[in-house]
Amino acid sequence: MSVSTVIRAAEAAPAAPGEPWLNIAIFGAFVAITMIIVFRASRNNKTAADYYAAGRSFTGGQNGSAIAGDYLSAASFLGIVGAIAITGYDGFLYSIGFLVAWLVALLLVAELLRNTGKFTMADVLSFRLKQKPVRIAAATTTLVVCFFYLLAQMAGAGGLVSLLLGIGDQVGQAVVITVVGALMILYVLIGGMKGTTWVQIIKAILLIAGAGVMTVWVLALNGFNFSTLLENAVATAGNPEILNPGLKYGVSDIAKVDFLSLGLALVLGTAALPHVLMRFYTVPTAKEARKSVVWAIWLIGIFYVFTLVLGYGAAALVGADVIAAAPGGPNSAAPLLAFELGGPLLLGLISAIAFATILAVVAGLTITAAASFAHDIYASVVKKGKPEPGAEVKVARRTVVIIGIVAIIGGIGANGQNVAFLVALAFAVAASANLPTIVYSLFWKRFTTKGALWSMYGGLASAILLIIFSPVVSGSETSMLKTEAIDFAFFPLSNPGIVSIPLAFFLGWLGTVLDKGTEDPLKQSEMEVRSLTGVGAEKASQH
Amino acid sequence: MGNEALSAETETAPPVDYRAVQQSEEFQRLRSRHRRFVFPVLAACLAWYLAYVLLASYAHDFMSTPVWGNVNIAMLLGLAQVVTTFAVTTWYVSYANRRLDPLAEEIRDEIETAQFAPEEAAR
Repeated sequence: MSVSTVIRAAEAAPAAPGEPWLNIAIFGAFVAITMIIVFRASRNNKTAADYYAAGRSFTGGQNGSAIAGDYLSAASFLGIVGAIAITGYDGFLYSIGFLVAWLVALLLVAELLRNTGKFTMADVLSFRLKQKPVRIAAATTTLVVCFFYLLAQMAGAGGLVSLLLGIGDQVGQAVVITVVGALMILYVLIGGMKGTTWVQIIKAILLIAGAGVMTVWVLALNGFNFSTLLENAVATAGNPEILNPGLKYGVSDIAKVDFLSLGLALVLGTAALPHVLMRFYTVPTAKEARKSVVWAIWLIGIFYVFTLVLGYGAAALVGADVIAAAPGGPNSAAPLLAFELGGPLLLGLISAIAFATILAVVAGLTITAAASFAHDIYASVVKKGKPEPGAEVKVARRTVVIIGIVAIIGGIGANGQNVAFLVALAFAVAASANLPTIVYSLFWKRFTTKGALWSMYGGLASAILLIIFSPVVSGSETSMLKTEAIDFAFFPLSNPGIVSIPLAFFLGWLGTVLDKGTEDPLKQSEMEVRSLTGVGAEKASQH
Repeated sequence: MGNEALSAETETAPPVDYRAVQQSEEFQRLRSRHRRFVFPVLAACLAWYLAYVLLASYAHDFMSTPVWGNVNIAMLLGLAQVVTTFAVTTWYVSYANRRLDPLAEEIRDEIETAQFAPEEAAR
């Protein structure tokens, strides 16, 4: 870091821009409006299908917007804009991976899953395999992926709060994370999937509109010439390399392999994220599920093009040094750009949208985790598929509270970690633990229970062990342990995908060929026919 | 309709001999139409994405070549990824509407009008 950088950093560090009370008021208005909508939407929540799958009553367009709202998390908005502002082009590589990944969901998973399942990912995976062990495994991987993703969102909430409300100390941030967590619990308890979906739809509209306005604004300041914007970004950064790939991932051979690993995890993770998969059950038919993905791809793709402009806009108008030194670090790039453009009011609006983003994503994750526990573990395994009427939803609601508390504690612990990066880890775990089994059980006739268990547990364990022994956790000042004294980083890459994903595919194959038993061929016939034709698929509930 | 039931099946559905459906010529045609589209198209998209990632990692100078003002090849290839994603999405939807949905609907109708009921109680 040069001397001038340090001086600029010192100037920028203390003040949080904007008016904290204005920010709180705008956010409060969002909470009040969405609460009313959630209350109104939740009056029809009676059965498990209402609570988990919103009565399967959403249209493709609504669900597509909700998927975009679920997917465009704080990692996308705050994380990617910050990554582009600071590491230039390499930040944009995240966007491309996040978007192309949707083709896997569209072509391989969405419709077949809607046709064969009911509420959760485990419904599909255990369809023609042994119910009990496969459900337990699928519920385990669901809970772990949701936990990682939750940590990322809660960490984002902490960073945002420190910037917006000028709360610098750890205790104050912990209080705000607790408030966010409590609000989320309230939404999910009252609204179920229907309430959660409406929050996500509203948030998606606000987020994409807000990012769109800022994008046009940034371009207008540069004469609607993207090349001029890039020129200004280079001038502020004093480094033409921010336009080229490699600033972050080109520094060494290990970094290049690490980037490949990340790319693989991003592109294969989406179609295996439990909270994304669960959204396909909220529409009445497979055709609507397809429409949802198409809507989602367009909204998400357009948004990611905005992030490219916003990232370089932040680099040009705010400057990487100021962003890096601001409370919240790279995650503060988008709010700081908003302040630069439209002063305290736009900052307040954009921050409220970012808060809403976190709230909506966290709500979606929580209901997914709760549904998986109540439906797969409690109702299917503990009660052997015969829970008392209403008991399953009751258990789901209790689980929501427990997960909310765990998320609050974890979020306080993860405060300060890079958000986009934590989400990338969740993608790696999902791609390793879930994707091989999803693909095999939909497309490989011979696939057996042993293969599923080996692949899921093997993928999960290898991904997590490699993360624990990676430079992310120990060995440097920037690691989770924040010290060089403890170093057990035996695995050189910070993303495990390049090892754990092929390993999980291999284990699924190996377990199957070593399995002497075969699965019920009638179940295989039924699953294949139903997955492609939609015969006997769950219908929308009538009210 | 109560949805508290847990098994993946819908209880009210008439018994269906899924084996016979699976082996029917129509279903085999649907299955192969589906697979012949999704597997090669997805493989091509993933290969194209992988090529982009490898270029970004290992072909730094090529990617940094300016094309129009400060816009370089890396930016254009990134945007090209977005464009191909949109294009493949549109292509698949039109393919599914024309080639998959009518056939799937036909088979579904046949099943629902009990043309595939088991001859003897198979289950």
